[in-house]
Amino acid sequence: MGDMQIRPLTLNFGPQHPAAHGVLRLVLEMDGEVIERADPHIGLLHRGTEKLIENKTYLQALPYFDRLDYVSPMNQEHAWALAIEKALHIEVPERGQYIRVLYCEIGRVLNHLLNLTTFAIDVGAITPLLWGFEERETLMEFYERASGARLHAAYFRPGGVHQDLPDGLVEDILAWADKFPDFIADLETLLTENRIFKQRTVDIGVLDTEEALGLGMTGVVLRATGLPWDLRKSQPYDVYEKMDFDVPVGKTGDCYARYLVRIEEMRQSLRIIRQAIEEMPDGPVLAQNHKITPPRRAEMKQSMEALIQHFKLYTEGFHVPAGDSYTAVEAPKGEFGVYLVADGTNKPWRCRLRGPGYYFMAAVDYMSRGHMLADSVAIIGSLDIVFGEIDR
Amino acid sequence: MDATDSRQMEQSQAGFLKVIEASLSDLVLAADIHNREIVLRAELAKVAEILLALRDGQALECRQLTDVTAVDWPERPARFDLVWQLLSVRYNQRVRLIAEVEEGEIVPSSVPIFASANWAEREIWDMFGIFFSGHPDLRRLLTDYGFEGHPLRKDFPLTGHVEVRYDDTQRRVIYQPVQLVQEYRDFDFLSPWEGMLGEPDSAADQPAEAEDGETANG
Repeated sequence: MGDMQIRPLTLNFGPQHPAAHGVLRLVLEMDGEVIERADPHIGLLHRGTEKLIENKTYLQALPYFDRLDYVSPMNQEHAWALAIEKALHIEVPERGQYIRVLYCEIGRVLNHLLNLTTFAIDVGAITPLLWGFEERETLMEFYERASGARLHAAYFRPGGVHQDLPDGLVEDILAWADKFPDFIADLETLLTENRIFKQRTVDIGVLDTEEALGLGMTGVVLRATGLPWDLRKSQPYDVYEKMDFDVPVGKTGDCYARYLVRIEEMRQSLRIIRQAIEEMPDGPVLAQNHKITPPRRAEMKQSMEALIQHFKLYTEGFHVPAGDSYTAVEAPKGEFGVYLVADGTNKPWRCRLRGPGYYFMAAVDYMSRGHMLADSVAIIGSLDIVFGEIDR
Repeated sequence: MDATDSRQMEQSQAGFLKVIEASLSDLVLAADIHNREIVLRAELAKVAEILLALRDGQALECRQLTDVTAVDWPERPARFDLVWQLLSVRYNQRVRLIAEVEEGEIVPSSVPIFASANWAEREIWDMFGIFFSGHPDLRRLLTDYGFEGHPLRKDFPLTGHVEVRYDDTQRRVIYQPVQLVQEYRDFDFLSPWEGMLGEPDSAADQPAEAEDGETANG
């Protein structure tokens, strides 16, 4: 027979595959059932968000942020609002900051619920998904009662939040926060010590801290390697400084550690939610600078100035002084950054959106080499991939 | 590489800038704090050296390249700005490095220094057409297979050049030039009245409250 040239088997995973978490085409080069190389083909959900933002005013660009990582929309609006506030030097009233922190943490629970339960279904457990989506519905109701929309909220604005919370909402959130720990405990009985779940996740997709930093990993994936790096603690924004919470870290940096970190982060989010509600002061929720924020409706009926300001704000928009800035928030998945280059007009010159999932996806090749085909599904599930922010 | 390695240490931004200036003074063109962020400007040829120094330098340890991106300035002689965002987890500091690139200039890839530059550089090639030498796999990333042009350049139209649709007679998806049902609406809302236009520097100096007072009179 002589020397035989063995060509690896090329396997096409996706673009329509239930375990691809969206539209991912993964071209896998296989040696038997072992992955030799994984080549993700992304961009099937590319909508040109960065280009669109360049052609919109600063306020019109805000709803695009809901559509990036559509599982935790408000966390990304937060980055955009903070970027503009930084460039314009505006102060957000304290109540507005508390409401933003409250909703960011609700977003975090929303995100982790989706990720943990879909991760579970990827490795064979269906029940968590059915349970988790019921809870997500409750949380999205809180979104809806504050902003009018379940998903694409457009609630955080430069200078605060669009409207104050309706009566009775915080009481309902508190009531939910009292019950939710039982749900987490129930979820844990299904997964944490589940033999099949552990066999699929322990020692799969291991990263150490140095590798994770080099690959641009942030958020849960970085913390699961043992580094307590959380922008809410290290570079706090809004009122996170006043919040008392712990940063859970993993020990092993594998898929199972990422699962455990997310479970604990939901508990810590509950602590922040309670504190935010208990300490929330009264007062305005939006900065009273009508060059940046709209005047109140009632005012517009009486005041000519208010009417003009409203009209100018929603046609021309506000101008941002020339200069560049990088603003990052700890989104549920990791560091979500906005690199904003302003040229002094009413539209951004360049807006780079740095999604955490983009770098997770880039590392799939590195992480899945040498693993079995089925493990790539566990790795993708544990990385928390959402294509809205990867493809932008 | 044990637990002590990841211990976070406090270092003020000004102090961190001093360390950078001390170790990189002959490499960077300018280093200052702008809007509470450290910004370095450098010539393209020195970038690899600077990145390496920032990563490994004592009391710097910028172990993470958070992001690489480009900005298009068509009117400038050197058309693009390449922007590297670095993070030192240990000292809790961010550094931004900016270098100017001319159109057609070849940029040495930073993938050997930071693995995270891989997709970021692929995206810059895709979106801006800046070529990186020494990149392990410089293919288009986000756009369609066989796409032409570089969408984030300012001279690329927002609507693009081609659109796809399913053709019933040919029984496949075909590409054709974009046909807009109505003209693209691009309203010019820039007001000629306010003093903010054309002199953004003076606008930056004014506190927001002062602007508010102005309109109350008008």
